[in-house]
Amino acid sequence: MPILKSMQNKLTVLIFLIISTISVHASTIEVCNSCKFKSIKTAIEYAKPFDTIIVQNGIYPTTNIIIQKPLTIIGKAMPTLDGLLKGDIFKIQANEVTIKGFNIINVGKDFANSNTAIRIQKSKNFNISNNQFKNVLYAIYLEKSSHGKVVNNKIFGNAVSEINSGNGIHIWDSSNVQITNNYIEKVRDGIYLEFAKNCTIAKNISTQNLRYGLHFMFSNNNVYTHNKFINNGAGVAVMFSKKIDMHHNVFMKNWGSASYGLLLKEINDADIKNNIFEENTIAINVEGSNRINYSKNNFIRNGWALKVRGACYNNIFESNNFISNSFDVSWNTKMNDNKFSNNFWSAYAGYDIDKDGVGDVPYRPVKLFSYIVNKTPETIILLRSLFINLIDFSEKVTPVFTPDFLIDNQPKMKPVL
Amino acid sequence: MFKILKYSIFDLLRSRWSFIYLVFYLLLGSVLLLLNSNLSNAIITLLNVVTVLVPLIGTIFGIMYYYDSKEFTELLLAQPIKRSNIFLGQYFGVAISLSLSLIIGLGIPFLFYGLVISEKVFEFISLIIVGTFLTFIFTAISFFIALSFDNKIKGFSVAILMWLLLAVIYDGIFLISLVYFEQYPLDVFSLTAVMLNPIDLGRTLMLLKLDISALLGYTGAIFKKFFGTNLGSTISFIVLIIWSLIPILGIVWKSNKKDF
Amino acid sequence: MIVFQDLKKNFGKFEVLKTINLKINEGGIFAILGPNGSGKTTLIKSLLGMVIPQNGTITINNQQVIHKWNYRDKVDYLPQIANFPSNLKVIELINMVKDIRGRKCRDQELINLFRITPFLNKKLGTLSGGTKQRVNLVLTFMFDSPLIILDEPTSGLDPVALITLKELIINEKAKGKTIIITSHIMSFVEELSDEVVFILDGEIYFQGSVSKLKEQTKQSSFEYAIASILKEQYV
Repeated sequence: MPILKSMQNKLTVLIFLIISTISVHASTIEVCNSCKFKSIKTAIEYAKPFDTIIVQNGIYPTTNIIIQKPLTIIGKAMPTLDGLLKGDIFKIQANEVTIKGFNIINVGKDFANSNTAIRIQKSKNFNISNNQFKNVLYAIYLEKSSHGKVVNNKIFGNAVSEINSGNGIHIWDSSNVQITNNYIEKVRDGIYLEFAKNCTIAKNISTQNLRYGLHFMFSNNNVYTHNKFINNGAGVAVMFSKKIDMHHNVFMKNWGSASYGLLLKEINDADIKNNIFEENTIAINVEGSNRINYSKNNFIRNGWALKVRGACYNNIFESNNFISNSFDVSWNTKMNDNKFSNNFWSAYAGYDIDKDGVGDVPYRPVKLFSYIVNKTPETIILLRSLFINLIDFSEKVTPVFTPDFLIDNQPKMKPVL
Repeated sequence: MFKILKYSIFDLLRSRWSFIYLVFYLLLGSVLLLLNSNLSNAIITLLNVVTVLVPLIGTIFGIMYYYDSKEFTELLLAQPIKRSNIFLGQYFGVAISLSLSLIIGLGIPFLFYGLVISEKVFEFISLIIVGTFLTFIFTAISFFIALSFDNKIKGFSVAILMWLLLAVIYDGIFLISLVYFEQYPLDVFSLTAVMLNPIDLGRTLMLLKLDISALLGYTGAIFKKFFGTNLGSTISFIVLIIWSLIPILGIVWKSNKKDF
Repeated sequence: MIVFQDLKKNFGKFEVLKTINLKINEGGIFAILGPNGSGKTTLIKSLLGMVIPQNGTITINNQQVIHKWNYRDKVDYLPQIANFPSNLKVIELINMVKDIRGRKCRDQELINLFRITPFLNKKLGTLSGGTKQRVNLVLTFMFDSPLIILDEPTSGLDPVALITLKELIINEKAKGKTIIITSHIMSFVEELSDEVVFILDGEIYFQGSVSKLKEQTKQSSFEYAIASILKEQYV
């Protein structure tokens, strides 16, 4: 019987090879103003699975196209697909669909139906790359899809208010998606993930978005790395999620009264490493988050480097650089096994007699003044005045209001590289 | 006035005091840059120097110069020179030579450090501008005080008290009233209070550069408009100029009334 | 002609000048006398614009002087106490005053006359009282102005310098200048002055020539005449 089994296997391989040869020899269909196919819609209708459609340069009115077979659709020299402000442009409902090299404009404004340039539903192995989106509500919307790529796209929104605007890349109930090298500006959330898992978000730039540059809700086991989040309503919000790996990102100039580089709300078991937080009103705002490792991050010239509220357990802040922040740490909860060690604090005024690179006196990163500002925000105007320096100094000498357990016992003398 | 100005500056450049002041700033600048690992830290420390020490030095120097040059003044009073020009000439002499010490004394170490190629150069320049304004303002106030008191000890005490009031006590009262009235809207109150004290005004101008991230964390609409746009720096600069003019007008007014 | 009209000056509650009316004619030497604190210096300082009176007017040749400053170009003033910036050299001080006035002057002639040459490169702070007064005199006379005001010119002078000063004053008078002097040295006043005014407690007690004063007080000597006024007042 083992021989028969082996035969059966060989047959399967053979059949597979034949099928794949057919798909390799799939035909190519051209679309242009003087071609047989003048619209993408007719080309798609005509096409067999695994065909390639090449669209020549030109302007093509394109609305509400549903793709239900595996297809590769490629634009030559960035042809324009004009949605004429009527609904969606593409709705992909099949696996193995590629859309590449288009200038996609004028998606409908129907917020209730979340009009989208490219919507991907229950599909796998999609590839959306090298497209440019303008005047869109949502640019790319993934529903219950997986194992796809969204690469090298540029999304230029024109969102004015949060209520009637959409997201750049919206991911819902999907997994194993790679979002890489995209540029997203002026939408509501640059990238939004809800119930998404095992996604990698890398090397994207998300800027000037109304709400968040990147937003996680109930999404576990994701990684985002080497992204830049600049001048958004707030940089990145990570909410109600577990095991998010955040490293080598840049969070810059996220300014405003409710603004921060990174918001952590109910987050457990995450790693925050090697990020740069520069000139944000609050670099990291933490609420109820546990077992998070913060290490080797640079906090430079933020209003508050760390603002911690609500119960937070077992967090470790190690080997970070806190440089020229208005306030290093604001902490209005119990210490709960959190640990600060081996950080560099530019405001540290201690000495290192034994020359081991670690200051000989501990550093207390919480200033009395930060308590006063929390209570009466207008007092911020007295920042860096002699009087405030004097009360901060006296508090430092004899702590009364600030928690004496919040302390870095091994403050570094030089920035951690 | 320019002849008096010329002789005052000439006189001050020969006196060892402006030299000491210059050396002090040179040392301060060098030590700060040596001790601080980065330029923006040095600038933050300098902010404290500029908002505390510069007014103090302007005050003391102004008072000392006025009383010390009493003889010179009396000699000049009998000359065909407009009275206010004598005092304005002396005042500008002191203010200019102090400002020069500040600019040169801090400028040299920072230049050597490679300030020009750094992005911090604008912060440094703002700091120097604020320092110069505060020098002019506090020297003028101290001249006004000196003109008001013939008794040297009295004049000196009043001037030091004035400095103490504006540099420390004012902010203490300011803070207490903010905390005490915290349930009321305080935007207008706090911005007005800042405008009424040149030290706070200069400090706020620097905060706009150094701590804008933190300032924008406050929700008040007026605050937001003030700090979030150029309005804040524009208004602060205008008020700082007004602050420089008021004590100078005071000097003119007092000098036209005074008997010698 | 210099006219003081209804001139009043208080320092706080203290009335230094009580309604002074005084005319000083052009040409000649005019002495202002009175005990310490009588208001002599205040009167002179009012004329110079150093003290600002509460009330009244001062005119020089019908020109108002209060709150004006140009007229001082035609006035030379010798202050009572020679206070000079002590870290300046004599020559620097002379050059500076020359520069401020910006006018041709006869400094070299006076430097020789008062024997200042050896001190030119010394700092003013190191000079003796008499030498300082000689420098003071050089500074005063060097501009050759038509009105000269001398507040206690003789103080600290040695006999040689005193004689030089007297000769200089007589010479200046001969040029038709008006010279106003205050002095304690009665012989000096008697010898030089054409007219004296006696001020007591801020009021003018007497104005006229020395001989008229002697006549009025029935005293044969000037000093006794002054003394008798004072006695009359205080007894």
